[in-house]
Amino acid sequence: MKDLDAIAMSSKLLQPELWVDRYSDYLYNYTIVRVNDHDLAQDIISDTFLAGLKSKDNFKGESTERTWLIAILKRKIIDYYRKSNSKKGKAEVRIQFNEDENEGDWLEERVMDQSDKTAQEVMENEELGLAILSCLDSINEKHATIFKMKTMDEIDTETICNEFNITPSNLWVIIHRARTALAECLESNWFKK
Amino acid sequence: MKINLPCTDANTICDKAQYEEASFWEKIKLHLHLFLCRACRKYTSQNQKLTEILNKAQVKTISQAEKLKLKERLQSELNK
Repeated sequence: MKDLDAIAMSSKLLQPELWVDRYSDYLYNYTIVRVNDHDLAQDIISDTFLAGLKSKDNFKGESTERTWLIAILKRKIIDYYRKSNSKKGKAEVRIQFNEDENEGDWLEERVMDQSDKTAQEVMENEELGLAILSCLDSINEKHATIFKMKTMDEIDTETICNEFNITPSNLWVIIHRARTALAECLESNWFKK
Repeated sequence: MKINLPCTDANTICDKAQYEEASFWEKIKLHLHLFLCRACRKYTSQNQKLTEILNKAQVKTISQAEKLKLKERLQSELNK
């Protein structure tokens, strides 16, 4: 019985040494749309990892490591909002009512807010970005890194080849595999749109 | 007849084209191949769609140097 318990425990164990490689891009994309500041987002992610380390005994293995880290991240972001709000003083709420009936009921005021539409787009794109990153989780870590460097960071072929000590044809094979895997993974949710 | 271009090569050119790294001659060869090969046509259209999706998502990454900093901070805490 003891052995079984040990196996159950080990499956619950977290691997903090791999957190940065595995999850930092995912957490970053989640954070940046919420705080909109590169340095701040990194501080929050760093805090999240440290908090995760402190409370790693609380990890019950009921969710994946990433979901668990996201839960911590959410609390960190809320903490940040609270702090920045208390610095500014009370949050200001302004609602525009037409208090005076003589003000009229202008059609222009009822037109859908254009900025709302872009907010929705931003949300959809964020979801899409996170979907892409979680799809990339399922492929070889080195391949995922190379793919991200090439595609998202737009680093040129030669630089990547030198850094990883591979030939351009190696690189294109890796890119091809990553793209095929990604297309397959995204297929069900995003390709139909 | 596949005009001397194996499908794997056609797909590589197609991948390169997604990063605008296919030469003019390569693109001509690719298009001739696509004219004749249905499987590669399918791959090409899927690949172009993937590029559109990737552009739309605007995934941001943390640079390798910054990741190293995060790792160091985490590692120093781990060693405590």
